[in-house]
Amino acid sequence: MSIRIDHISKSYGKVNALDDISIQVDQGELFGLIGPDGAGKTTLFRILTTLLLPDHGSASVAGYDIIADFKAIRKQVGYMPGRFSLYQDLTVEENLRFFATIFGTTIAENYDLIRDIYVQIEPFKNRRAGKLSGGMKQKLALSCALIHKPEVLFLDEPTTGVDPVSRKEFWEMLKRLQDKGITILVSTPYMDEAALCDRIALIQNGRILEIDTPKAIVEHYPKPIFDVGAHNTYLLIEKLNAYAHKHSVFPFGEYIHYTDQRDGFDPLELRTYLKNEGLQNIHIERTKATIEDTFMELAKQ
Amino acid sequence: MKRFFGFVQKEFYHIFRDRRSLFILFGMPVAQIMLFGFAITNEINNVDIAILDRSQDASTKEIISKISSSDYFSILQHIKEEAEIEEVFKNGKVKAVLYFEKEFSKKLIKQHTAKVQIVTDATDPNVANTISNYINSILSNYQEEQNRSITLVYQIVPQSRMVFNAELKSVYMFVPGVMTVILMLVSAMMTSISITREKELGTMEILLVSPLNPFQVIIGKVFPYIFLSIINAAAIVILSIFVFHVPVNGSLFLLGLESVLFIVTSLALGILISTISTTQQMAMMISLMGLMLPVILLSGFIFPISSMPVPLQVISNIVPAKWFIVIVKGIMLKGVGIRIVWKETLVLLGMTLLFIGLSVRKYKIRLE
Repeated sequence: MSIRIDHISKSYGKVNALDDISIQVDQGELFGLIGPDGAGKTTLFRILTTLLLPDHGSASVAGYDIIADFKAIRKQVGYMPGRFSLYQDLTVEENLRFFATIFGTTIAENYDLIRDIYVQIEPFKNRRAGKLSGGMKQKLALSCALIHKPEVLFLDEPTTGVDPVSRKEFWEMLKRLQDKGITILVSTPYMDEAALCDRIALIQNGRILEIDTPKAIVEHYPKPIFDVGAHNTYLLIEKLNAYAHKHSVFPFGEYIHYTDQRDGFDPLELRTYLKNEGLQNIHIERTKATIEDTFMELAKQ
Repeated sequence: MKRFFGFVQKEFYHIFRDRRSLFILFGMPVAQIMLFGFAITNEINNVDIAILDRSQDASTKEIISKISSSDYFSILQHIKEEAEIEEVFKNGKVKAVLYFEKEFSKKLIKQHTAKVQIVTDATDPNVANTISNYINSILSNYQEEQNRSITLVYQIVPQSRMVFNAELKSVYMFVPGVMTVILMLVSAMMTSISITREKELGTMEILLVSPLNPFQVIIGKVFPYIFLSIINAAAIVILSIFVFHVPVNGSLFLLGLESVLFIVTSLALGILISTISTTQQMAMMISLMGLMLPVILLSGFIFPISSMPVPLQVISNIVPAKWFIVIVKGIMLKGVGIRIVWKETLVLLGMTLLFIGLSVRKYKIRLE
């Protein structure tokens, strides 16, 4: 087991940042922490990277205890904080060389590991890091976090503020790193990225809602879910919320995801209701639950 | 070792790529020493004065020519009426008026007393005092010359000698002070800012999650500043020797060692400041208010400690700069060796160890 988190709690004053968290991540697994801002993801990362001490509970990373063996962990892990934390006044190459040096290695020694990522920013290697675009900054930060060949990689919201194309590339890179046997713990507020992980933990207000594979999490969704569309989305949401039997109503892309309280729900009944309320071009279709639906459902409870 | 040098190299990149820190490091020392050396001075030179001479005889002419031929005064105008005195002061240029009474020469010869009044503009009391002293001494000089032929019954002749700074040059006093201020500024403020910058930009977070231990990080941060401060200290000493002709009567080597000790004291203070501040701005404010003010006001640099109220005299003992200034003055001006300044050296050493001890205790190996 690569990461073991055992009943970790942490509070800042009266705010419970983490409340009795337990997670286990296997060797070579790509594990996602999915949750909105303020869910406690960063606090958990900082505890695992030995930057913070938990109030209760214990944890180990790569077999080392986060409190007793913190020095060993600091040598073994790669950490990419949520905020861009490289030296802006150093060039791309100087940053990378600096991190290689302080970990007692060289760029050449572990070039294989970062090649896929680094080739994309290598044309700009003499540019100051502060002058890179968001996507390139993330690639550089990942290169720096990887240059010492860590056993476990911690990525705190690596794709926040990055354009969709770069985000996609970034996740492809993570998959390749996983193939090399590196355990990756990644957090993201984007539900679509969750599907790319081996397993995910849904986390909110410092509590874990569920831990499973993305597929299983979606399958566990308890109710049939319907895409509902009409000519006026705003009015549609209003009327759906006013419907006596509604269970949940969430805008999702161009449609509204609707679930009903009753077991034997008949879509025709809803169609009639909406028609009477003056909506046109009504479209109701059974659809599959997404991770976002699950999250919303779990978060409601 | 390679790690350490990698870190130091990075620090030098930071310093040389930031114009502001470059200016503080190298522009400030030169600017300060030039300012204190040339502009800020207690000496008077070419002070404009006015003459109100109601006798216009041989004696007054001689006195006036003596005064105008000195470097200290230049006679800007002659006025005729008492009422004009206030007016010339209000115009601002004239700092003193010399007022000879009527029939000066005649009275001097017949009654053996004649009166001359020195009126000074005391909006700047120090300057007024100095001017009146200078004119007094020119007058008594003249009197002596006149009396040479006559033997007085008895006479007290005070002979004062100013040792270590015979010409009373204020630059002698400023050089040790400026050196102290600059070493303190560069060492303490720059290191505290550079350490807190890592915290503020979040890079401390990844430095902590690395094999570097905090001790290595701190030494790596401090090392470039030791180096640069030594260069600064040397530059100040060279400037003061060659531009201001301040002598180094004692051992240059000892002066160097004591400077290194003071640099380390300041760096330790800088580290201590960085452990209690979270932002660069906070570090800068603490350095300026907590270090610069005491260094300038309580170290004996500008205001003599012996004329301070007793509570301030006691407080001045905890200002490291006070001890360093005593050492530098001793070595540079008096030419004394370690046998005389060992006490001050020991105090500085003790303070340094205390600051280092405190910073090690306060240094955080985690984020909180």
